[in-house]
Amino acid sequence: MSSETNPPTGAPTRAMDTLIRPTYTLWWREIVRFYRQRSRIVGALATPILFWILLGSGFAETFRADGGPDGVSYAEYFYPGAMTMVVLFTAIFSTISVIEDRKEGFLQAVLVAPVARSTVVLGKILGGATLALGQALLLLIAAPLVGLDLGMGDFVAVTVILAIIAFGLTTLGFMIAWRMDSTQGFHAIMNLVLIPMWLLSGAFFPAAGASGWLRVLMTLNPLTYGMAALRRCLYPAGVTVGPDVPGLAFALVVTVGFAVVAFLIARAQASRPLDVGLA
Amino acid sequence: MGRGEIFGLLGPNGGGKTTLFRILTTLLHPTDGRASIGGHDVVNRPQDVRRQIGVVFQAPSLDVKLSVKENMIHQGHLHGLHGRTLEERILEMLGRVNMNERADDIVETLSGGMRRRVDLAKGLMHRPDLVLLDEPTTGLDPGARRDLWSYVTNARDRDGLSALITTHLMGDAERCDRLLIIDRGEIVALGTPDSLRESVGGDVIVAQTRNPEGLAAEIQQKLDQRADVVDDTVRVRRPRGHEFVPLLFETFPGRIDALSVGKPTLEDVFIQHTGHRLWEEADHSETRDA
Repeated sequence: MSSETNPPTGAPTRAMDTLIRPTYTLWWREIVRFYRQRSRIVGALATPILFWILLGSGFAETFRADGGPDGVSYAEYFYPGAMTMVVLFTAIFSTISVIEDRKEGFLQAVLVAPVARSTVVLGKILGGATLALGQALLLLIAAPLVGLDLGMGDFVAVTVILAIIAFGLTTLGFMIAWRMDSTQGFHAIMNLVLIPMWLLSGAFFPAAGASGWLRVLMTLNPLTYGMAALRRCLYPAGVTVGPDVPGLAFALVVTVGFAVVAFLIARAQASRPLDVGLA
Repeated sequence: MGRGEIFGLLGPNGGGKTTLFRILTTLLHPTDGRASIGGHDVVNRPQDVRRQIGVVFQAPSLDVKLSVKENMIHQGHLHGLHGRTLEERILEMLGRVNMNERADDIVETLSGGMRRRVDLAKGLMHRPDLVLLDEPTTGLDPGARRDLWSYVTNARDRDGLSALITTHLMGDAERCDRLLIIDRGEIVALGTPDSLRESVGGDVIVAQTRNPEGLAAEIQQKLDQRADVVDDTVRVRRPRGHEFVPLLFETFPGRIDALSVGKPTLEDVFIQHTGHRLWEEADHSETRDA
């Protein structure tokens, strides 16, 4: 950032002009866009609820806590998984627009504006993450329905963890979308990477019941740790979450670490000039 | 280019205009050479460049789910405008392009011409020294095209705005103060539209015939006069063109279906330098009325 062309109003104003207000305005845009597109709200929220009801009741009889938490029904086991699914879907849908937006749309004007490059990334990601968190919280309110009795502290803890997961997944979506030149390509990545990532996070079945190589994949999957943190906060102290679920502290470190690293990569991507493919 | 000047960049599609546009707007780094705006290098000082320029992209950079005013608010926030100043500026800019009544309309309900006007108001709202417009009239009907030009020339006359406009349309090129003609990434000619036309000189005779290649060859052979085949017509450029017309008809009786004589256009400038027309096929409908 240069100081020559700026009036001597001091650093705080400059940060306000080039970082804070632009980030806020991009965040706000995501929120407005979302509520103007009803189908997105329905799609992002109804799918996981549908999955949860269908799978929850479908597996209710066959699911025998083999490696899962004791005395927990499948609907109950799958509940945090459904929440991360909401987060994942919303994150994907909000970042997919980056692909077209940057080539011929709103983001072009943002990229030629005198704002810090972090704002382009941060505004978009915070917007997507806010939406993802909001939708997941709607599901969290339903916790008593699956028999989970959450205290205020648990509720806050779960919200914070969901927020970190939402930030990480939206950033991951942004990273992928920024490299893509077509939305079709993004859908392929979504099916090949993002959905399996969710399936193998312990959202769907416990790691303890999985075969060897699958278990390795699950250990390497960053989302496994977000799921673990959620599980440990959702279930009351008396219930064991099952073997092979990472401890809360370690799970949090990995989850936060993943979000930070993903953000740094996304920011570096956005700071580079356009690639030749777009020229 | 100078201050307060409307500078045109004329060339065929794929001729390097958009690449140059992207370099000047700091979106792309040049592989070779340097570019600077207001003394600031586009590669080394992109933020200083960005502070001085307004950009109107070929594809409007409006969010179609937002209202006109919401789009303007975002643009203001990105350029350090806020509060009362921002409100007043939005009113002023939308007023200039006659869009104040549509301020609360969602952009996707607007016509292409209206979107372009909003895009222009948006690109100028932070009062840049230089506005860069990439093919701003593409897809606009003649009326909307005229309006757009009057907004740009007004801003030049009133605020001393400089504008760089890329185009492949003759009608746009005619209105520029100065023109740079490029083809395949190379500079072809530079000057005011008048001086460029004068550089061609003489008259241009365009003949329609069933066998343009054959006729052109024979004109060169029998009359010792250069003739180009362009777009299925034979073009001859020479002083005192009207005197050449009877000669043509006498030498090639019955072979010329139609013929016109006129002063050289910017297209002739382009043809003279490159040997081919500005656009090959695709854009005929657009260029006819240009």
